[in-house]
Amino acid sequence: MDGSTLPRDPAGPPGDSGDQAAFRARCRAWLAANRPAKPGFELPLGPIEIATTEQLEYLRAWQRAAYDAGLVGCDYPAIYGGRGLADCQRVANEEMAAAGVPFLPNIVGLGMAGPAIYHHGTEAQKRRYLPGILAADEIWCQGFSEPGAGSDLANVQTFAERDGGRWIIRGHKVWTSLAQFADWMILLCRTDRGHKYRGLSYFIVPIAAANGRGVEIRPLIKMTGGTGFNEVLFNGLEVDDSALLGGVGQGWGVAMTTLLHERGAGPLVTPSTGGGIGGDPAASLGPSGLVDLARCSSRYGRRAADEPVLRDTIVRLMIRERGLAATKRRAGHEALQDQPERLQLQSKLLLSELLQDAARVACEIQGVTSTLHRADASAPAGGRWPLAYLNSYGFTIAAGTNEIQRNILGERVLGLAKSK
Amino acid sequence: MKDVDQRGASRPEDLGFGEEAALLKRTARRLFERRVPTDALHRMVASTIDPIRACVWDRALWDEVVELGWTAVGVPEEREGFGMPLSAVVGLVEEVGRACLPSPLVATACATYVLRACEAAAAGELLERIAAGAAASLALCDRRGSWASGDTEVEARVEGDRVTLRGRAYFVQDAQKAEVLVVKARAPEGVGLFVVDVDAAGVRVHPDAILDLTRDQAQVEFDGVELSLESCVAAAAGEGARALRAAEPAILVLIAADMVGAAEWQLQTTAEYARTRVQFDRPLGFFQAVKHPLVDMMTMIDEARSLVYDAAWAFDNAPAEAEACARAAKSSASDAASYCSGRSVQLHGGIGFTWESFVHLYFKRQKHNEALFGDGVYQRERLAELWIGPIGGGDVDPSRSAAP
Ligand SMILES: Cc1cc2nc3c(=O)[nH]c(=O)nc-3n(C[C@H](O)[C@H](O)[C@H](O)COP(=O)(O)OP(=O)(O)OC[C@H]3O[C@@H](n4cnc5c(N)ncnc54)[C@H](O)[C@@H]3O)c2cc1C
Repeated sequence: MDGSTLPRDPAGPPGDSGDQAAFRARCRAWLAANRPAKPGFELPLGPIEIATTEQLEYLRAWQRAAYDAGLVGCDYPAIYGGRGLADCQRVANEEMAAAGVPFLPNIVGLGMAGPAIYHHGTEAQKRRYLPGILAADEIWCQGFSEPGAGSDLANVQTFAERDGGRWIIRGHKVWTSLAQFADWMILLCRTDRGHKYRGLSYFIVPIAAANGRGVEIRPLIKMTGGTGFNEVLFNGLEVDDSALLGGVGQGWGVAMTTLLHERGAGPLVTPSTGGGIGGDPAASLGPSGLVDLARCSSRYGRRAADEPVLRDTIVRLMIRERGLAATKRRAGHEALQDQPERLQLQSKLLLSELLQDAARVACEIQGVTSTLHRADASAPAGGRWPLAYLNSYGFTIAAGTNEIQRNILGERVLGLAKSK
Repeated sequence: MKDVDQRGASRPEDLGFGEEAALLKRTARRLFERRVPTDALHRMVASTIDPIRACVWDRALWDEVVELGWTAVGVPEEREGFGMPLSAVVGLVEEVGRACLPSPLVATACATYVLRACEAAAAGELLERIAAGAAASLALCDRRGSWASGDTEVEARVEGDRVTLRGRAYFVQDAQKAEVLVVKARAPEGVGLFVVDVDAAGVRVHPDAILDLTRDQAQVEFDGVELSLESCVAAAAGEGARALRAAEPAILVLIAADMVGAAEWQLQTTAEYARTRVQFDRPLGFFQAVKHPLVDMMTMIDEARSLVYDAAWAFDNAPAEAEACARAAKSSASDAASYCSGRSVQLHGGIGFTWESFVHLYFKRQKHNEALFGDGVYQRERLAELWIGPIGGGDVDPSRSAAP
């Protein structure tokens, strides 16, 4: 039996509460009837690969539709644009992943800005920003990293200077995903040079509206040749106190809430579809696609599926994939865990390394044809795997490098001395 | 970032590991921590370096385990057991592994699942004995190390309602602690399974010299052992092989659970050492060449542990998936055990290399567990057959490979 074709239980997991089961049924029915038509153009690999306005608008329309149907932001209170449900976003995510629908483009808004605003914002800020985040009316980006502050994030030097009732911001952010499309940025900057951590403050600043007036956005090209991230220069952008999220000097705490959610370990479940490329499950980048690939790839004259070492490697990856899914379930049950946060904090590390290893092995399966770029018509599997492999390093570096993830796990869960 | 897809029958959130199972696991941990702290274990099993040594274990503790009913956990209620799910037994066995406990509990649990897959009256009777505290073990392996259902070097000659067993079973676990064996023997009908008391006439236990100090292993010789046909628990053609196939996932999961528990001890003990031992004016854990392997130990354990509970659930609730889930769990646990064992010694430095240290007790138990019923390489070879198909199983279809 092929491990990837086991049937899904139509009733949903037995652990659903009554509300969750009813919600799950609604999601499922809606998704069955409202899968968006395939666009006439190629969809990007993921949200931070969005390259054209056409792609963005297609995906924005999808997020909007899913939001209107109650699948995005359903756990947020209704006054902030949500549906006021309890523990239902997880259910919606599972159903969207299973349905294989496109991904939600506003990831920085949903996964970082939203939770930060929800936990640290004023009432006015929550009402102003949260609905637009959930509905994808406004796209967000994250201005944390700088040339001199990456892993050592607290070293940011972009400076917001007090000038009467205003703040004047000068500095240089890099690797800013989605800045080219964003309306807003969550910005970590320095308001006091005397204190590393207490000298940080967190702002919400307009990007599109200020482009050319205090803000300059320059695209950076990734190793894949694609666009997606940018540098953002601040040369005297002016904002007032309403742009502060949390108090002056409270920026590090707000940034921690943001990062916790970015890494999938925060209290708010981020809406996500979990699908394959552009939500096409047939184009999944995980190990499940490798079996078919090995069956139909010739490698140096021999069927890849007949190569014993590759068989072992593929099965090993599939076991890891199943392990991740099983861990996700186990993380929901306290009696099966020894230490708080232990499983949640592993998810980014393990998933990014799994996808990287899967893509590398896919290239091995393809043998010499893995030399072909997607632009070559004879590239097998649409030339997807070699590019996916290059791209996989984005995930192992972004959102805190995997070395930093290991530091965090070692220090927070195992109580080892801080490496700094 | 994309998520991995879930598949297979959907699982309940607690994977069948309920309140009672959690209580059992907690109780077991407390009992073993109190009764066999690692220093006491070391005094008990490592008192001699002679590899030809007597089988030492704490019989009084075993009596207590029996008194608590822990041999009955996986025995069905109609056989005087508690009829708890495999996940409950797994929780208990995890604690056995964590304590590195010399005991026939795991062997007995493995035998329990073979007997549960047999229909004959003798199987039910032995289950009742097990529920009442009999220690049992499986005698299934041949000298080449094959547990495969058709392989055995024991012959069963049937005359009327009498059976005579001749031959040897190899790599029998905890044979000196068990009072009864479930023996695989070749009968005219095919492979049969027989219940044999260890003290029956003609049974001789030849202990192996093994590295693991926390268990015993033996060749068991059957020199004309006379049985009544009634002690055959699987006699009909194909029934023995069928019962073994049905029970194998449970056996793999139980051994994997022992490894996961032992690996968790290796992680916690090594992490504690890294928190307290100071070199270059800092605790070892400050250095990332120490910190990061500890984290990798943890993530490997957690993968294995998730797969173990997942497979235990599948065994009880989704039999079609049980084999694949169990092999995945055994593969993952074997890899985790191997890695954790290596790092636990290395990160302790010189002290970790001594007989006096505790880490080698777990190291050796893990190495032993890895090999039982097939290591990771073996399990993955079987999974490749299931998931990818046989080698040479088809031609390359280039039209498919070119498709986007
Ligand atoms: C695809 C992509 C998208 C991104 N999007 C955004 C975005 O939208 N907004 C944003 O603010 N940032 C973004 N980033 C930036 C990202 O957060 C940083 O690249 C990352 O935090 C690492 O910082 P750095 O690049 O300065 O590397 P460095 O910190 O200089 O690290 C270089 C190497 O040294 C290792 N290293 C550094 N410190 C330690 C330590 N203490 N222990 C062990 N190893 C260490 C790192 O792991 C890495 O391997 C993005 C990055 C990528 C790749």
